[in-house]
Amino acid sequence: MKRLFRLVIGFVIFFQIFAATAQEISPDVLIKNITNEVLDIVRHDTDIRSGNTRKAIELIELKMAPHANFTRMTSLAVGKDWRQTTADQRKILVDEFRTLLVRTYAKSLTEYRNQTPYFKPFKMHPTETEVIVRTEVRQSGSKPIQLDYELEKQEDGEWKVFDIYVAGISLVTNYRNSFSQEISAGGIAGLIASLRTKNTQVAKK
Amino acid sequence: MIRDKLIASLALSAALLLGGCATTTANNPKDPIEGFNRAMFSFNEGLDAAIIKPVSKGYDAVMPPPAKSGVINFFGNISDVFIALNNLIQGKPAEAASDVGRVLINTTIGILGLFDVASDAGLEKHEEDFGQTFGRWGIGPGAYVVIPFFGPRNVRDTAGLILDATVNPIGNIQHTPTRNAFIATHLISKRADLLSADKIIEEAALDKYSYLRDAYVQQRNYLVNDGVLPKKRDEPVAPSIPFTLKDIFK
Repeated sequence: MKRLFRLVIGFVIFFQIFAATAQEISPDVLIKNITNEVLDIVRHDTDIRSGNTRKAIELIELKMAPHANFTRMTSLAVGKDWRQTTADQRKILVDEFRTLLVRTYAKSLTEYRNQTPYFKPFKMHPTETEVIVRTEVRQSGSKPIQLDYELEKQEDGEWKVFDIYVAGISLVTNYRNSFSQEISAGGIAGLIASLRTKNTQVAKK
Repeated sequence: MIRDKLIASLALSAALLLGGCATTTANNPKDPIEGFNRAMFSFNEGLDAAIIKPVSKGYDAVMPPPAKSGVINFFGNISDVFIALNNLIQGKPAEAASDVGRVLINTTIGILGLFDVASDAGLEKHEEDFGQTFGRWGIGPGAYVVIPFFGPRNVRDTAGLILDATVNPIGNIQHTPTRNAFIATHLISKRADLLSADKIIEEAALDKYSYLRDAYVQQRNYLVNDGVLPKKRDEPVAPSIPFTLKDIFK
C-alpha cells in the first residue's frame, strides 16, 4: 500500500514536471514550430497562394495571433503619446492596429513562393525575459531576407512576439513617425480615425 | 570622364540640398526638407508607375527563375569586389578575405558570376557600400533626401552612392549602348525583385512617403551596424492597470 502510494506520488510529480516543461517552449522553438506549421499550410493551399487574403487572415488568427502581444506592439508604435491615451482609446487603437498588422501579414503570406526559412543558431540566458530570434528567408534568384522576431516572456512562462523586423526594419516602430504625425495633426482621435479609414479602405479592395 | 561625372553629381546633390532648403516645412527634425522630398517622391512614383514598374512586371513574367537568378548573381559578383574593398577599409579583413574568395569562386566555377556557388560553399554574401563605410567611420547620416531616379538616401549615402557609381566598372564601360543595356538590366532586375514588397507596403502604410522614409532610415542603421538591432526604445510604462492586464490575458 505504501509502495503504491509512493508510485502515485511519483507519477503526479513526474506529470507536473512534464506539464511545466511542455508549457515553457523556448522562444526559438516556438518561432520554428509556428513558421513550419504555417508555411506547410500555405504551400498546400492554392487559395492563399492565389491571393485569398481572407483565408490567410483566418490562418494567422488561428496559428499566429495567439502568440503575439498586440497591446505592447501598439504602445511601441504610438510611442510617448501612449501615456496620454484613455483606456477606451487604447482598446480601439489596439484593435485597429491589430487589424492592420494582421492584414499586412496576410498579404505577405499570399505572396509566398517557395521560399525556405532558415533558423539561425539561438542562444539565451535562462534569466532573460526579452530575446530576439533570428531567421532568414531564402529564395533562389533573390537575396535572402533577414526576418527577426522579438519576444517577451509572460508571467506564465509563455513567450509572445512583440516586434518583427524585416531586413532590419521593425514593422511596429516603423509606424511611430506616421502615428505621431497623425497625433500632432488631430490628436489621438485623429490617429484612430485615420487607422479606421485605412482599414476600411483596404478591406474593400 | 570619371571626374566630370563626379563633379556633375556633386553639383546635383548641392542643388538638391539648396533646393530643399527653400521648401522647408520642418515638421520632423530628421526630415528637414520634407516638402522637397515629397515632391521628388511623387516624381519618382510617377516615373515608376509609368515606365519602370510595367517593364519590371514584363521582365518578371518572361524570365524563367534560373535566368533571373543568373542576372542577380552576375551583378552581385561585380558588387562583391566593392564589398570586399569596403570591408577592408572598415577594418574587417576576415570579411574582406571571404568576399575576395567569393569573387574568385563565382567568377571561375560560377561561370562569370552567373551562379553563386560560393554561398552554397558557405561563404556568406555581405552587404556593404561606401555609405555604410562612412557610417562605420563615425559620419552621421545627415538629412534624409529623396533623389530623382534613385529614391531614398541621406546626405552621407548620397556621397557614398556617387563613389559607388564612380568606381563601378559597369558605369565605366566606354561603349555607351552596352553600358546603358547593363545599367537598365540591373535596374529592372532589382525592381522586379521588389514587386511583391510593393503590394505589402500599399497594404501597410498609412502614408507611403513616411513609411518608406522610416524604413530606409531603420535599414541603413541596421546595415551600418552589421545587423545589430537597436536595443530598447523609449517605451512608456503603462499606467492604467485594469486595461492592460485584461487585454493581455484575454
